[in-house]
Amino acid sequence: MTTVDLKLYQVGTFAAGNRLLPLEDRTVQAHPDRSNSITSGHRACQGCGEVLGARYVLDAAMRATGGDLVAVNATGCLEVFSTPYPESSWQLPWLHSLFGNAPAVASGVAAALRATGRGHTRVVGQAGDGGTVDIGFGALSGMFERNDDVLFVCYDNEGYMNTGVQRSGATPGGARTANTKAIGPEPGNAFGQGKNMPRIAMAHEIPYVATATVADLHDLERKVEKAMTFHGARYLHVLVPCPLGWGSASKDTILLARLAQRSGIFPVFESEGGEVTAVTPIRRRVPVEDYLRPQRRYSHLFGAHPRPDVVARIQAGADRSIARYGLLADSSEK
Amino acid sequence: MPGQRLSQIEGSVAVAQAVARCRPSVIAAYPISPQTHIVEGLSDLVRGGELIDCEYLMAESEFGAMSACIGASAAGVRTYTATSSQGLLFMAEALFNASGLGLPIVMTVANRAIGAPINIWNDHSDSMSMRDSGWIQLYAESNQAAVDLHVQAFALAERLSVPVMVCMDGFVLTHAVEEVELPEQEQVDAFLPRFVPQQLLDPKEPVSIGAMVGPEAFTEVKYLMHAKQVQALDEIPRLAADFEEMFGRPGGGLVAPYRTDDAETVVVTLGSALGSVEEVVDELREDGVRIGALGITCFRPWPLDEVRAALAGASRVIVVEKAFAVGAGGIVGQNVRLALSGLPATVYDVVAGLGGRPITRASLRGLFRDVLEDRMDSRSLHFLDLDVELVERELARTRLGGTGPHAEHMLRALVGVGAVPPGPEAPVGEES
Repeated sequence: MTTVDLKLYQVGTFAAGNRLLPLEDRTVQAHPDRSNSITSGHRACQGCGEVLGARYVLDAAMRATGGDLVAVNATGCLEVFSTPYPESSWQLPWLHSLFGNAPAVASGVAAALRATGRGHTRVVGQAGDGGTVDIGFGALSGMFERNDDVLFVCYDNEGYMNTGVQRSGATPGGARTANTKAIGPEPGNAFGQGKNMPRIAMAHEIPYVATATVADLHDLERKVEKAMTFHGARYLHVLVPCPLGWGSASKDTILLARLAQRSGIFPVFESEGGEVTAVTPIRRRVPVEDYLRPQRRYSHLFGAHPRPDVVARIQAGADRSIARYGLLADSSEK
Repeated sequence: MPGQRLSQIEGSVAVAQAVARCRPSVIAAYPISPQTHIVEGLSDLVRGGELIDCEYLMAESEFGAMSACIGASAAGVRTYTATSSQGLLFMAEALFNASGLGLPIVMTVANRAIGAPINIWNDHSDSMSMRDSGWIQLYAESNQAAVDLHVQAFALAERLSVPVMVCMDGFVLTHAVEEVELPEQEQVDAFLPRFVPQQLLDPKEPVSIGAMVGPEAFTEVKYLMHAKQVQALDEIPRLAADFEEMFGRPGGGLVAPYRTDDAETVVVTLGSALGSVEEVVDELREDGVRIGALGITCFRPWPLDEVRAALAGASRVIVVEKAFAVGAGGIVGQNVRLALSGLPATVYDVVAGLGGRPITRASLRGLFRDVLEDRMDSRSLHFLDLDVELVERELARTRLGGTGPHAEHMLRALVGVGAVPPGPEAPVGEES
């Protein structure tokens, strides 16, 4: 029989294990008081980053509001896997209207609550990256511009996974999707100008913008709770790896989210009123290759005909992000 | 709010006042001509504190406006918007969603043509394109009717949990200043009960609204939408009767027959054209012609029995409508034919008033005479005041290999400038 040494640290990371944290800081997965806003029994894939993100976002929001919360959902995986009538995984009032209108529907809910003296009830809108940065973009910008009292959460898995993994405006350059296959001289998604939704949100100078990943659930919960201390439009962009769309192992969802942050590919930061107020520093930087290799959507960059030029281009993007947000505050850890 | 009964007032302002007296809690709108004066008026009333406990949400698009209405209605409040033309089409996806969810939103459609070519003037191609969206459609023949239909629309929508659009002709009604009797606030309060939503987003009793329905029950959900609309055929006359009792004037109902009792020829129309049609009916009656008119107030649901009853005695039915199904024929006409199925009447489909072309009494008189004297083919679609010469010239030009936009060439031909040599008989003006 093999034995495994118990470690108080997660292997290969600097994240402190839950048990080392003070009680009030611990992440509690199962607790009689936990709202379980999206409860078990839904049909998400094994290793789905989105449902993990949604569970932590909504439960944190429920805690912050004393359960006085309404959720509005765009069409997409989260909607489909949670609610085939007559079943529903939602234990909070939940409304799904269309793919491209969740921010506007959420604005309408907030307006109705305010008009009828129920402004204490808070509103969360949620969508995937397609519903946020593409088809719902106009509605989201309108909600930001009017500063409606809505926290909008984008669960970003970098593509249209529900329809079979097509590219979205949030799909990174070089990534293979069903309509940006690894064929031709420029395999995978084209390198565009990028649709950087958190920065676009910041440009609206709304009270609060934050990014997070499902690798740091504490950070995610804290940001949701902080977002709930503000009124007006707030935006939370959560990186949620998708095993199906990314071609990664279900067990690697957290690992990939962590590598996205540690490589600088996905900067984790907060902003208030359009100014960056805090960043999560990279504690042990990794090359983007470490993040790309476990994902089959990038396998064409490393196979029989490797494309170090494309990898270098992705690395340059990560370097730019690191410099822009000052993610290597302590140069000794570079 | 001023409580005067009779006012010389613009149609849009009158509708804004009537809507305000229905006490909506959320108004979400986006500007588009000719609907703008209505929502501007409501914005003033909210800002000025005359319409209290109401949020006016300035949406980023019509799609956003209807979506905000969906959210507000699901949160359990009385919700209103207004739009026109391209705006209604931009809402299309959300319109079907609102009706599918059974949300009792009320919307004014200030009827306007659909481009291309872009055209801001009145016809019914906007609301007619959404006739199957699951919304009840009421058409106002005057500004008084528009005001009265709005008050009834909220009651109807909320009683059945179905969205209602009140259609009023853009510019012809929205911008016309005429005498309107505005409903008193106390009367409206007595007529329109407090909104009790059928479904509600409430943290105390959480429900999921808008989840997926598969083949096992989708048909049944859609059947219930149909059943509710059929139910509206009973509710609308009841509401009209209640309205008359409260306000002392007729409420509208499903159809408006005019001198149809002994009529051999009946002209069917909807909206503001009804007034002109009735005037021509009067003129022809003086000449001894047994002619009448039938206004369609409620187009969706389609009041098949009432239309059939009103037209049962007619041998000729002329449908004058401001929209058509391209490549197929009349829209109202097709519904009228359905209502007349098995009866011997001949139906003439006439498209009139497209893109703001006036429907003049002279043209109507000519049309009715053509029908009465058997100069019309009932199997083809007719276009009132069509400039046949202009159309044929453009078709000929195209046959000869001419390129470029039809619209530009026809306008050049009309004013006699540009690349197309002016024909000797270039028609000018359509006014009579």
